[in-house]
Amino acid sequence: MQIVKSPLIETTEVQENIFIQKVHSPEIAAEAKPGKFLNIRVSETIYPLLRRPFSICDVDDEYIFLMYNVTGEGTGLLAHKKPGSLIDILGPLGNGYNFEDDYDTAVIIAGGLGAAPFPFLTRKLADKKNIVSLIGGRNKKDVITYNLKNVLTASDDGSEGMKGNVVDLFKANMKELTKKKIKVFACGPTPMLRALKNVCIDNNIYCEVSTECAMACGFGICQGCPIESSHNQDTYLLVCKDGPVFNVKDVLL
Amino acid sequence: MTKVDLTVNIGKLKLRNPVMLASGTVGYGNEISEFADLNKLGAIVTKSLSLKPRKGNPPQRIVETPSGMLNAIGLANVGVEEFIKDKIPFLKQHDVPLICNIAASTVEEYVECTKILDSEETIKAFEINVSCPNVKDGGLQFGNDLKAVAKVTEAVRTVTNKTIIIKLSPNVSYISEFAQVVKDAGGDAVSAINTLVGTSFNIFTRRPKIHNVNGGLSGPAIKPVALAKVLEISRKVDIPIIGIGGIMNWKDVIEFMIVGASAIQIGTLNFIDPTSSVKIVNELEEYCEKNNYKNISDLTASYII
Repeated sequence: MQIVKSPLIETTEVQENIFIQKVHSPEIAAEAKPGKFLNIRVSETIYPLLRRPFSICDVDDEYIFLMYNVTGEGTGLLAHKKPGSLIDILGPLGNGYNFEDDYDTAVIIAGGLGAAPFPFLTRKLADKKNIVSLIGGRNKKDVITYNLKNVLTASDDGSEGMKGNVVDLFKANMKELTKKKIKVFACGPTPMLRALKNVCIDNNIYCEVSTECAMACGFGICQGCPIESSHNQDTYLLVCKDGPVFNVKDVLL
Repeated sequence: MTKVDLTVNIGKLKLRNPVMLASGTVGYGNEISEFADLNKLGAIVTKSLSLKPRKGNPPQRIVETPSGMLNAIGLANVGVEEFIKDKIPFLKQHDVPLICNIAASTVEEYVECTKILDSEETIKAFEINVSCPNVKDGGLQFGNDLKAVAKVTEAVRTVTNKTIIIKLSPNVSYISEFAQVVKDAGGDAVSAINTLVGTSFNIFTRRPKIHNVNGGLSGPAIKPVALAKVLEISRKVDIPIIGIGGIMNWKDVIEFMIVGASAIQIGTLNFIDPTSSVKIVNELEEYCEKNNYKNISDLTASYII
């Protein structure tokens, strides 16, 4: 965990309103792990004031990659930065996915921009595990398959892949997938994770989810990002420090 | 050039410089110590402590606003017992005055908390939070009532000889009346200001963005308000003031000192740049050198109006 100012190499719009930014940051690259995140200050002025959290999308040698869509002033400013601009990065933060344990197939399940952390995980798992990526979104524009392997898709309106949500897609492929020992790595909107949790618990499948919550600091001092623990109702866990990746059984979604 | 004297006094408490870290923005010191050398700071103020642990408010607790942020954490804290057991040992390893911020729902609870913590040598002062806008049972209800502030100050005074700082609410008509009451009741200093009550709504769902509906506004958006409140106290009441509100750099610190602050606290900035406090200390020294201030404390209330 450190603060660095790293130069932007290039910005690519890989599909409509989905941007990938390549940043030369050996310091961050060295500490990065799939599922950890970065808190980025997009402006040196007082507006926007707070840093914005981003998944580490990928790491290649000394380069890190961010993935985001432009939703407001902060991401708009970031998308317009010119190559060579310094990106003010605090990170890597939080706990990432545990992907080196005992299973045969990694089932990646993502909804919308929840796909962001998975190019990095896919890279780390290459040649070590089978990977199946189940990717969903509201419509074709929202289904992000950038640098993923063995992709099956679903969309709410049926414009891309199976009509339905990504948890339906998982259920539809459950029988085939569970012929081998699987572990689920998921990221997406909370309602999706909640539905997925039920499916995983019912089928006794080990599942790690990356959660999100509005936060300020990203490392525990603001206490702004509580998430309810399954085991202790007297205190909250913090998404930034205790997560953002949790065993799905450990949190109430 | 002789070395600048950065020390300041808050009541009986002598600080090596005027830069303190504000309550609720540094937890119990451990996370921020990875970014800032605590031993270089004037003091650190703990997250508000209550007699029993508090879970705090459900999410969403935070929302960004123009040049500011609203928070409604709800005084989430480990409680005094666990603080003494688990948090003090880490803080003891550092050579920085520790100020415990205390929040409570009743006068008795303020007294009980102070009594328990008073025997801890590491704790050099108490900052009594009578102005948290984010909990139903306490906090601001004290801060809005002159008699209640007097009562809390008097009662806490009876159980400690350490420096007592009362953290005042800006959500009142005349903050100087509260500072006067603190002085008369035996308090040593005031912190001004706590957050301003604010809210923010989603225009599509028509729902509040934070679960608690209202939150406390902090950040540079509130700096002019904070400066005016510090100036008001400074002109009317002879009591040390710790200035708080939207400090983003060393210039803001100087401005707070000119209008009356003896020391300052950095809050929201810790979330954005947790290394900033130590940088600011160094920059203050440079400013004093360049402008021939031998003692930074000469700046306090040096306004020309």
